[in-house]
Amino acid sequence: MATAVSILPAQQLAVLNEAYRQAVARKRLKAMLAAAAFCAVLLVAAVGAEVNLHTLFSYFGNFVGYFDRILTLDSGARVWTSPAEWFWGWKKWLRMLGETLLISYVGTLIGAVLAFALNFLAAQNTSPSAWLRFTVRRLLEFARTVPGIVFALIFVIAFGLGPMAGVLAIAIHSTGALGKLFAEIVENADMKPVEGIRSTGASWLSCMRFAVLPQVLTGYASYALLRFEINVREASVMGFVGAGGIGQEFVVAIRKFYYSDVSAILVTIIVTVFIIDISTGWLRARLFGKETRR
Amino acid sequence: MSQLPKPDTVQLRAKYPDVFERPASARLATPAMIVALLAIFVLGLVDLDFSPSKLISGVSQLGWITMMMIPPNPGSSFPLYMQALGETLSIALLGTTLAAVLALPVSLLAARNIIPSNLIRFPVRRFLDSIRGVDTLIWALVWINVVGLGPFAGVLAIMVSDFGAFGKLFSEAIEAADRKQVEGIRASGGNALHEIRFGLLPQVLPVIAGQVLYFIESNTRSATIIGIVGAGGIGLQLAEQIRVLEWQKVSFLILMILIAVAAIDFISGKLRFAIIGQRAVA
Repeated sequence: MATAVSILPAQQLAVLNEAYRQAVARKRLKAMLAAAAFCAVLLVAAVGAEVNLHTLFSYFGNFVGYFDRILTLDSGARVWTSPAEWFWGWKKWLRMLGETLLISYVGTLIGAVLAFALNFLAAQNTSPSAWLRFTVRRLLEFARTVPGIVFALIFVIAFGLGPMAGVLAIAIHSTGALGKLFAEIVENADMKPVEGIRSTGASWLSCMRFAVLPQVLTGYASYALLRFEINVREASVMGFVGAGGIGQEFVVAIRKFYYSDVSAILVTIIVTVFIIDISTGWLRARLFGKETRR
Repeated sequence: MSQLPKPDTVQLRAKYPDVFERPASARLATPAMIVALLAIFVLGLVDLDFSPSKLISGVSQLGWITMMMIPPNPGSSFPLYMQALGETLSIALLGTTLAAVLALPVSLLAARNIIPSNLIRFPVRRFLDSIRGVDTLIWALVWINVVGLGPFAGVLAIMVSDFGAFGKLFSEAIEAADRKQVEGIRASGGNALHEIRFGLLPQVLPVIAGQVLYFIESNTRSATIIGIVGAGGIGLQLAEQIRVLEWQKVSFLILMILIAVAAIDFISGKLRFAIIGQRAVA
């Protein structure tokens, strides 16, 4: 079935076309200007970061070659032909990996407890006083913005080399991050139960315990688990500055050019991160699943 | 005041057994979980050599260090630090942009509505996942071995680790795009590339731009720390000053980082709103 498409008279069409062209041209000009400005900034940045395309291209072979080398054993064979030789240090690495996991677990738990203690003070709707809220918020912001590894660098000097510095660095960083997230959950909580509890003459503490806490606890657990997942990655590099965990082994392997060890430890870290991701994801789904079923 | 009739508990118990007699497993689950969590915690404290004496001496050391940090004072190295900060911002900007440019085509391969075949999509996704599983600092160490010490290694490290993250995020944005516009392009006779260019990209570009801006913001933080392993920027200065115990310079550098991060947050927040503002409101 043929349908006729009505075409406007040429005069009318020309006006419409002109208006369209103008509108598009203005938009294009804007986009072009923005793109040009962005490219200019990029160029400045490239000079600032000493980008040298020549080095990149001449060394790009190195990058490929590096991966070639870390996948080769001392004997010249590929690593996967002899897993026993590739993972020769698995006992030590597994112990360091366990230490990494413990660092992130203990750090996350301390951070979560501190964040839990502070978040009711930081949330808009539950904070007892404005200046307290302001102070706690700034404190959390500070703990969150300074990177964990900077804390680790300082703590290594204060507490000595070893996993303790890593745990405390992760704990402080987690306190900042979780405190903010927890406070946001509290701010989204329903305030009617709080009014109900307060009308019975309860104290601030009881209001938090019986009105707010039951609403927010699953959210807390979910965020804490997510944080644990992030902290496992973070803990795996804490060793770079001497704060314990598998990072220490890794940095030694990389600096001393123990090529096959580098790939073995990398594979260990990647597999661990995968497993942690998947299992915390499963756990979170279960926690939330229980909540929705109710 | 009239009394309510006494509830018939026997009948209620019979009617709602799961309320009155929860199975032991359900009642014990929460305490058992708390005990397990605490047990691992204590085990961790022991295994990681926590001791009260170490903690106390460390805290007193820390207090002393904090005293030494006040007031922040750059000495005569302020111009050097400003240059290092500029380097850090350059690393973040360049690394993120390069990652976004490289990730866009790959994310198309990882999106279900573009490549229905599992055979291609699955390996691409796992590849992106394993890149993401490796921390930026580790990538920095690898790149330092390849292109030498300096900010260029930092750019490449941020590029690689963001490439993994962007690939995933972009492909999710693409999967969430509306089919109708793509079908419209096909109905008017466009080929597959036309569909992507005119049907898909206009939908996903604002989302992608927002994500890229957000990553520039968060990469300013990452870029401050990759210097610690020698990949240029302000982190290099920070690590050096911590190692030589110049605490006034350290606190000044930390302050500089905090201010720079806050400024970038503010700017990118404004820009993000300008780009995806209408969408967020609608």
